[in-house]
This record gives sequence, C-alpha cells and structure tokens, in this order.
Amino acid sequence: MLQRLRESKSAQGTILALPTTIWLFVLLIIPLILTMVVSFGRRSPDGGVIYTFTLDNYTRLFGYSTDCPDGQASCFDPLYVNILGRSLSLAFNTTLLVITLAYPLAYFIARAHPKQRNFYLFMVLIPLWTNFVIRVYAWMMLLRKEGAINIILGWLMNLLHIPFAPLEMLYTPGAVLVGMVYEFLPFMILPIYTSLEKIETPLYEAAADLGANAIKTFLRVTLPLSMPGVVAGTILVFIPVMGTFIVSDILGGRQVILVGNLIQRQFLDARDPTFGSAASLILMVMTLIVTYFYTRKFGFGEEIVVA
Amino acid sequence: MTSEFAVEMRDVVKRFITPEGNEMAAVDHVTMQIKNGEFFSMLGSSGCGKTTSLRMVAGFEWPTEGEVYIEGKAMGHTPPFQRKVNTVFQSYALFQHMTVYQNLAFGLEMEGAKDDEIKKRVGRALEMVQLTGMDRRRPRQLSGGQQQRVALARALVKTPDVLLLDEPLGALDLKLRKEMQLELKALQQQLGITFIYVTHDQEEALTMSDRIAVMSKGKVQQMGTPVEVYERPSNKFVADFIGESNFLAGKIKSISGNEASVFIPSLNAELAGMPISDGLVKGEEVNVCIRPEKIRIAEKEAVNQNMFRATVTNTVYIGVDTKVFVDAHGAKLKIWEQNRISRLDPKSFYTVGQEVWLMLMPENTLILKKD
Repeated sequence: MLQRLRESKSAQGTILALPTTIWLFVLLIIPLILTMVVSFGRRSPDGGVIYTFTLDNYTRLFGYSTDCPDGQASCFDPLYVNILGRSLSLAFNTTLLVITLAYPLAYFIARAHPKQRNFYLFMVLIPLWTNFVIRVYAWMMLLRKEGAINIILGWLMNLLHIPFAPLEMLYTPGAVLVGMVYEFLPFMILPIYTSLEKIETPLYEAAADLGANAIKTFLRVTLPLSMPGVVAGTILVFIPVMGTFIVSDILGGRQVILVGNLIQRQFLDARDPTFGSAASLILMVMTLIVTYFYTRKFGFGEEIVVA
Repeated sequence: MTSEFAVEMRDVVKRFITPEGNEMAAVDHVTMQIKNGEFFSMLGSSGCGKTTSLRMVAGFEWPTEGEVYIEGKAMGHTPPFQRKVNTVFQSYALFQHMTVYQNLAFGLEMEGAKDDEIKKRVGRALEMVQLTGMDRRRPRQLSGGQQQRVALARALVKTPDVLLLDEPLGALDLKLRKEMQLELKALQQQLGITFIYVTHDQEEALTMSDRIAVMSKGKVQQMGTPVEVYERPSNKFVADFIGESNFLAGKIKSISGNEASVFIPSLNAELAGMPISDGLVKGEEVNVCIRPEKIRIAEKEAVNQNMFRATVTNTVYIGVDTKVFVDAHGAKLKIWEQNRISRLDPKSFYTVGQEVWLMLMPENTLILKKD
C-alpha cells in the first residue's frame, strides 16, 4: 500500500488535495447550494424560509415593486439597483485610488537600498497587526465632527483668524472611500512591489542605452513588467471591497449602504434570509463578471507566460 | 567621424563609497585612446575597473575626475540615451515582455524611425546574427546562444559609432564561446564599427582584439597589440596575468649597448646577452621572465653560455603539450614541450628524477623591473 503510494504520483496528488477539497466542499460548495435554494424560497411570517420556487426575490432586487405610492399594481423601485451600482462604483474608485497611491510607494520601496527595503515593507505591514474593525473605528475618531481632523483644522483656522465650522466628514461616501482605501492599500503595495523588485537594473540601463528617457523607460519597460503585480493587487482589492460591510457600516452610517450592508440587514434586522441570499448571489455574479472580463484582458497576475 | 579617436578617456577617476564608508577608486587615472574601427579589449580580473570604465563610456556612471570623449566630444553628464554608443550586456538584459522583433525595434522606435524602416533594419540585423524567422519568439524561448545574438542585434540595429560589450560571451559554454569569438571578430571587421570589449578571459582578448588594455586595481598596466602584451609584457603583473611565466629574481651585473648580463642567485649563474629595456641600470634588482614554451630541454650540454643543469620533478601530459616541472639548483621552473611526435611509450617522455639541460635563449628572455 505504502509502496504503491510512493510510486503513484496521482495518488500522492489526491491525498495532498483531499483536506482542502473536503474543506471547500463542506464550507463553500454546500453553503452555496443552500444559499441558492433559499434565494428561490419565500419568507415565512416568523422569519423562516418556505421552500418553493419563485423569482420574487430577484425581481425585487432589480426594482420590481408592488408597494407603489400612486396606487398602481406594480412600479420600478430603484432602491436596490442603486445599492448595487453604488457598490460597484465604490469598488472601482477604491481600486483606482489604491493603485494610484500604491504604485509610487511600491516603486520607491523597490528602488530603495536593499537594507532599507525590509524596514519600509515592515512599515506597510504594521497596520495589519491591528484588528480591521478597530482601524475603521480609528477613522471614525479622526473624521467625526469633534474628531482629530476638525480639532486641528479649527485650531489652525483660529490661529489665522478665519471663521471655521467643523466639517461634516463622517457618514459621507467620501469617508467610506477613505476608509476602504486605507484598509486595502497594503494588499496593492505588496504585489506591485514584488513585481517591481524582480525587474533587474540592467533592464533600465538597456532601455536608456537604446535611447529611452525616463518617461519612455517607465511606460515601455517598467509598467508592462509590473502589470502582473497591478493585476494581482486589483483582484485582492476589488473583490473584498465589493463585499465588505464594516467600513460602510461604521463610516457611512445610514447614508452609504452597500450590497454588503444590504445582505447583513436582511439576515439580522429584516429577517428575510431569502432576499439576503438572492442579494448574496447577485453580488457574487457581479464580482465574477467583472473579474472575468478583467482577467481575460490582463491575465491573473502570473508571470508573463510565453505564448 | 570627425575625430581620430572613437572613444577617449582622459585621466579618468571613478571613486565609490564602500559599504564600510571608505572611499575606493574603482578606476584610477585611466587614459585610453580607442581608434575608429578598432577592436579594443579591456582585460583584467574582477574588480580591476574594466566594467566601470565601460559603464562610464556608456553613460551609466559618470567620472569623479577626468573626462570621457566620444567622437571627440566631451561627454560630461550626458545621459546614456543621448550617446551614440550601444551596449551588449553581460546578462543580455532582454525585454522579456517583448518578442525578439519588438526588442530590436525598441531602440529604433526611440529614434522615431518609421514602421517600414524599422521593419527593414530589424530584418537586416536578424539576418546578420542568423536569427531570421525567430522574430516572433520571446527571449525565454531561445537558447543562451540565441539570446546572446538577440542582445547583439538589438545593439547593432541602432548602427552605433561604438559598440560596448560587457563580457557578452561569459554565460556560453566553451565551444559556443569560441565560435562566437570568431563570429564577433568577423562581424566587427565587416561592419567597421569600433568595438570595446570587456573580458576576464585572456585567450578571448588575444583571439579577437586589435589592441588590449590589461587592467589591474583600477589602473592600465599595459596597452598594446596581443603580440606586444604577450611577448613584451611591461611588468610582472602582465607577464603573470597573460599566459604563464617563469620569474627568476636577479641583479644586473653589466650593461653593454642593448644587452645586459644578469646574475641569478637561485641558479648561481649569470645569464648573458639579454635584451634590455629602457630605464634599467647596472646593479638594479630585476626579474628575469621566461615563457614556459620558450625554454628548450636538451639531453646534453651544448656550447652555449645560458645552459643549466636541472632535475625533472614532475611531468603532466595534456595532449598538445607535456608540462615538465624542473628544479635547477633550487630554482623551480615550468617548461611546456610540444608533443611533435606521436608515441605511446611513457619512457620516451621525461621521467621524474631525470637530469636534463635547460637552454635559455637570450632573445626569449625579458628583464623586468622589480615591483
């Protein structure tokens, strides 16, 4: 038996893959099937699920409403479509902003003296040692009306004798964006750094030698060679931003509701698991579609594969 | 081509700060004049300053002191992309995200060449390095030798005035390297471009170069044709670095005209009639240098004043030659004897302990200043 295992590569592979396969089956595949089944069900008056097959949850999500103001039988209610759209655009904006901030920093670290690089990377990672929720709360302390930013601004304005009313920063889309960018920045810096660090100095020299100035070298050599890092970072940032609800919950309050918040409330407040399940599946499908088109264009962020 | 020299380095110094914080001159007052159309090599072991010198010509480094001239123009802090020189890198530095064609086209696009011209020139360059048909491959799909050719073609397609080559054959196996040496030399002659070639391989430098600068510790030890640096090394370092040499410490006994007699304590004998170079005076301590292949072994004494008795201490048969190691009154010498006759009998070669006579032809010896 052991002898046969030693000789058979495929048996070895099966055994190595088994724990993860079981894990994924029990904790991903089965719940996913359950979610799908529930999403086609109907809410029972006590917050349970009546198993049947109806598309009501989905039509509701896309704006079909029977609760109309002017007595019509049905009308279009953009509430949930807006939430979906807001989530999507916030994820796009966050990703773009994170790339813009992360790329120069990653470039700086990658070109720094090797002895200093580890220190800089350490600095990037330090925030991750603190709990995600606590960091979001810290932003609340900074952004609220009596928060640190307003206190400092007020003090400065007072010094300059300019009248100052504390800024309303908390519970705005901007606050959510700032929080998201802050939370996910390290996940973009690290993969970009990794791909930039792999570019050897002679390549920059070769570009210069062949007549390229700094800008052309960046556009034609540095950027394409670091794209795998940008792609990997984008996947690491875009997908969680689409689904997370903590940042928008704490920094957005009731003003900025995302799909994540919608799902959370359906399960906890509204006690409608069928509608929550439908929203979960739509979120997944949306994420998959975006990721699919993105990776089809740019790949999965792997090494440049030879054709 | 306005200037007589393609590249000139005038009293160039390059200092670096070492990690310990000390200042170190990687290149120490180097002056070189490289003629148009010349195949010029900088030869030396690692750390001798050859690569730093080349990088200063390319523009990747700027001299701390002195000046680099290309085609008579002082380069100052001119960046690499504004110099009419191109480099073949030791690591090739090919763009992995581009095809072979795109790698070659890159430099031409930077010049603003038109598409059809790029196509024509890239095609010609690929033909020149025998890579026609490989234009759609990625560098990683090519063998080491092919990648080397792409690197060469990418630099040559720009038709530079001067091509800089930084140990370009270092990563190739011996056989391929020898082929490429001859090919590069032929290419250089065909194109008439100045080549500046950095290598630590003396045989490579001797094979290809019109002139060689032998470098050590940031300084040029000797500059000359391959024959000059091999046959007339100007100091002990060069004599030792290029080929192999026997050194005998001695003292000049007398000088008459262009000839000198040198007393060698270890042989307890005087070597007479040796050619003398300038600047040597009577009574000076010197090194007498003799190449191992230039010592003759005789079975019995002939009428010659520069003959010495010696005992064979070891022999090594290496096919072309037999290396004979002898002891002459305590002076250890090595002698390369060419195996001109085919024979299998080991006794017909020299045997350990055998007494022989060594013949040192005065014209084959060289008197070098003591370092």
